[in-house]
Amino acid sequence: MAAALRSAPELATAEVPRDAVSLVVIDRARERIELAAFRALPELLDAGDLVVVNDAATLPASLRGTTAAGAPFELRLSAPVDGSRLYGVVFGPGDHRTRTEHRAAPPSIAIGEVVRIGGLSATVAALAGRRIELVARASEDRLWQALYAAGRPVQYAHRRELLPLWSVQTAYAARPWSVEMPSAGRPLTWEVLLGLRRRGIAIARLTHAAGLSSTGDDALDRALPWPERYELPRATVDAIDEARARGGHVIAIGTTVVRALEAAADGGELRAGSGVATLRLDAAYRPRVVDGIVSGLHAPGESHFELLRAFAPRDRLVRAIELAAAHGLSSHELGDSCLIV
Amino acid sequence: MLPSTAYLVVMEVAMEIEGHGALVTGASRGLGRALAELLAARGARVALVARDPGPLGDVVAGIRARGGNAHAIAADIADKDAIHRIAGQAHGTVGEIAIAIHNASTLGPVPLRLLLDTECEDLAAVLETNLVGPFRLTKLLAGAMALRGAGTIVHVSSDAAVEPYPTWGAYAISKAAQDQLSRVLAAELAGTGVRVLAVDPGEMDTRMHADAVPDADRGALQRPADVAARIVAMIEDEARAPSGARIIAPSWSAP
Repeated sequence: MAAALRSAPELATAEVPRDAVSLVVIDRARERIELAAFRALPELLDAGDLVVVNDAATLPASLRGTTAAGAPFELRLSAPVDGSRLYGVVFGPGDHRTRTEHRAAPPSIAIGEVVRIGGLSATVAALAGRRIELVARASEDRLWQALYAAGRPVQYAHRRELLPLWSVQTAYAARPWSVEMPSAGRPLTWEVLLGLRRRGIAIARLTHAAGLSSTGDDALDRALPWPERYELPRATVDAIDEARARGGHVIAIGTTVVRALEAAADGGELRAGSGVATLRLDAAYRPRVVDGIVSGLHAPGESHFELLRAFAPRDRLVRAIELAAAHGLSSHELGDSCLIV
Repeated sequence: MLPSTAYLVVMEVAMEIEGHGALVTGASRGLGRALAELLAARGARVALVARDPGPLGDVVAGIRARGGNAHAIAADIADKDAIHRIAGQAHGTVGEIAIAIHNASTLGPVPLRLLLDTECEDLAAVLETNLVGPFRLTKLLAGAMALRGAGTIVHVSSDAAVEPYPTWGAYAISKAAQDQLSRVLAAELAGTGVRVLAVDPGEMDTRMHADAVPDADRGALQRPADVAARIVAMIEDEARAPSGARIIAPSWSAP
């Protein structure tokens, strides 16, 4: 494999404005890899295709806390807020500018201890290594107010500046279930969304609780992604059936959409409703529901690159990344995109 | 030939109130409070937005005491930094939002004064509350509504948007611009299932009216609860309150 012997191509990390995102198109049928503007997406898909998005909003999931003894820690939520219950991972002092694997260990915390988090008191209900479950001692309204007043988006060391909450939301974000942005949908501006409609490409949605992409803890990271909650509307199942009936493709906007749809089809038939996605995408996985995907750009070696191998062979993905690198495209959640059809 | 549904965003819900999420700004008193109370009484889960947590908490407690589902969000719609907090808390507490009512508004300094006696900063502040704030919030709510193929956005307007009453300048300008905001949004969202309305409620017995017209005959003014009932009827009646319409509530009658 010649591609594997070359050094991995370097992608930029600059933030790309939503309406200026570039798209590397991997067209499997035509055996072509080419560059396009993301705003041309409606022309790159076929009339009759169906685009499925994840409409989960991104929580301000990074919160500062202190133990009963006054030691500071960071809590990163790892799942949606469930009534007064918070699930997350604890880090020691410091912030996202330190790579997660180099972060200080969290201070000593005990089950039953009352900690302060975002200005509220919360009881530690469960603890397993750095994974924690807390019950806020406040009304639901006060808990939500505290989250949005004190929380910040989860960030990683490749981007030093603090991201405002708006920069990690899609144009169609609704219930705040995600702790990291379902970022494949970031360049879906209204112009693109309405352009898809005009072209006869339907848009359907589901809600999937995108979790943390890294905790810095080897054992925890090997198990990522953890089981993630999703909700698949009946109307989206119907839209998928209709797209299939007319010979259209089902295009997932992001791997969270793939995870939810493939999990919902685990029994053989695609089922509407709530569920928990546990499957892992990799080179061996053959999607049953999803025909194509829009994703961010990920270099070989990144875990996300491996997920994309469910859709295209490694050498073709490497060539796509090389093309992206040659044109100065950006990786990560606020960068450019790829389309595999 | 494609089936016609291929051209539409997937339709999920008819415009019902029971069981749906709603958001009302300026919900601690007057028309906003009446709207929130009525929507909750009709079975909606309602996020109430207002600046002052005290009166807001009382309204929410009252709705809950009557068995309604209500959630308080203390925030200023004119505060740019509060917009994502408002949308996030609302979606977190009431779930998907099917109805958004932009009711909060300000007259600017009272007693009202001639436009040329109005400070530029006061005009800008009125526009932030009555025009830009609602626009920012709509940007965070309309996308999800369009994907669901259903949703209603109501802008509370005023006859001052149309009639050039002396001394109502800042407020009038903001409401005229909001009317046009409503029409442009309706045009751009045509076919998505999202409905955008502007409603002139007519003169009501509210604190805002008393601030503007202190010597009014209160007995001749409409009660906010009656106007709220009309607006809720419009929300339910898409045929008689179509998207893009500017409706004068006192001359609109429920079927």
